[in-house]
Amino acid sequence: MRRSRRAAFIQIALLCLLAGFALFPLLWMVSVSLMQPGEASRFPPPLLPAEPGLSAYRALFETTGIGRYFLNSLFVATLGTLLSLLFNATAGYAFAKLRFKGRDRIFQLLLAALVIPAQVTMLPLFLMLKELGLINTFAGVLVPVTASIFGIFLVRQYAMSIPDELLEAARVDGAGEGRIFLQIVVPALTPILITLALFTFLGAWNDFMWPLIVLVDQDLYTLPVALAALSREHVQDNELMMAGSVLTILPVLLLFLVLQRYYMQGVMAGSVKG
Amino acid sequence: MRRASRAGWAFAGPALFMLGLFFFVPVALAFALSLTDFDLYALADLGNLRFVGFGNYAELFGTPLFWKALGNTLYFVIVGVPLSIGLSLGAAVLLNGGIRRLSGLFRTALFAPVVTTLVAVAVIWRYLLHTRYGMVNYALAQLGIEPVDWLGDPNWSMPAIILLAVWKNFGYNMVILLAGLQTIPADLYEAATIDGASRWQRFRHVTIPSLAPMLLLVSILTMAGYFQLFAEPYVMTQGGPVESTVSVLYFMYEQGFKWWNLGVASAVAFILFVIMFVITMIQLRIARVRGAI
Repeated sequence: MRRSRRAAFIQIALLCLLAGFALFPLLWMVSVSLMQPGEASRFPPPLLPAEPGLSAYRALFETTGIGRYFLNSLFVATLGTLLSLLFNATAGYAFAKLRFKGRDRIFQLLLAALVIPAQVTMLPLFLMLKELGLINTFAGVLVPVTASIFGIFLVRQYAMSIPDELLEAARVDGAGEGRIFLQIVVPALTPILITLALFTFLGAWNDFMWPLIVLVDQDLYTLPVALAALSREHVQDNELMMAGSVLTILPVLLLFLVLQRYYMQGVMAGSVKG
Repeated sequence: MRRASRAGWAFAGPALFMLGLFFFVPVALAFALSLTDFDLYALADLGNLRFVGFGNYAELFGTPLFWKALGNTLYFVIVGVPLSIGLSLGAAVLLNGGIRRLSGLFRTALFAPVVTTLVAVAVIWRYLLHTRYGMVNYALAQLGIEPVDWLGDPNWSMPAIILLAVWKNFGYNMVILLAGLQTIPADLYEAATIDGASRWQRFRHVTIPSLAPMLLLVSILTMAGYFQLFAEPYVMTQGGPVESTVSVLYFMYEQGFKWWNLGVASAVAFILFVIMFVITMIQLRIARVRGAI
């Protein structure tokens, strides 16, 4: 079996190379963020900080007000996630388990609408929100996050596996629909609701174009919008920009690492939607 | 049954209301908007709004920058999507072969860029690609290659953005393709091996046909994503140098939210949608003819 051992070695070597490609930019970002001011703007670029310190982070919090943007992002992503759970869990369950007139036709329409890119809606949506006085508010940012076709689809596919007998038995026992939803359906759906929450949180946290359009006041900026603005101002200040990037990426990366299993479930569900 | 129907509407209603009001209504309005000369004056007073038919479309077709943006976006899609899927497939094949113990760890590492924030990684890559003290040029210098002005040279700006996009996205399709690889029965490979098929022949005649439906799906989804190029040029190049990275969406953003030509911008959005739709249909057609689905 010498040949297969050599193959295994080559395989691991290639995987290490790929992992290096994937991780190097992220690791270097952390390393540069710990350097002293100006240290990273040299040639050859240093791999590790000579004296690791937090001066870039201190400057970031003191001069750019990033703490505020961080809280804005946290607020938008958290509230968006809760609203998305509320709207999509109920609708996904209804499309899977409750018979109502036009249900299947509406669902087909929703699936067909998946081909329409969100950017088509941006200009009219902007004008509508302007009429409603929601431009330059978090509510305006959240409007497209709340109900989503993907979210409804995700929950529906999972809810199909809840046995009808279970729901019927509860109805015979006189339980109301609201109680059935809270006491039977939600517990059964928990894994997919975690997946939905994770996708929504990451999506809202990382989103750039829509918040850039809606938010005018600097005080309301989310992290990506603020980071893009800062990067135009502080082109030369690499340590500062890397510290800002760490602060933006780290929360979602950690969340993904902890809940990876649930995330992958969403990736696979998304891949069968076609 | 009556009760179930009422409950159904009560549960699905709120989400359908939100989607109707904030997705389907804007889609319909987008087309109407693209037939008007909605601009800064109309924004101030709707009385200034005029119906111009397909005037915006005609105007766009006579605008060189629009064609440039379309060309840049097609360049990004046509080069970026195959590179991205190729790397995903390569990584999936590597992960699928043998070493069970480490593959979970490698999978996580290769997937990590997918969940990162696009704006933040664009900032990182702008620094990595810096002409004077960027790590990429330093590595090239070790190989004896002259420094490349990645983001300042119109010939290199789009390849640089493609590099970032491939780095960020290949993990997503890798996971989907890996799941597909794991469903291919081992017998198929054994039979091919007995027939004397080489490693490459097995890949070409067993792996690729088995994965065909999944490759189709992945290419449709990836293409749809790549057509929406925006944040990378916004952060890394601001559309430059000499407009070599102005994408369709970047053009739409500038028209709509910098110059407030919302009618024209809406027409841009619609053209993009039609192009994406047509290309998806062509892909499905080719797949059907070839028997992949």
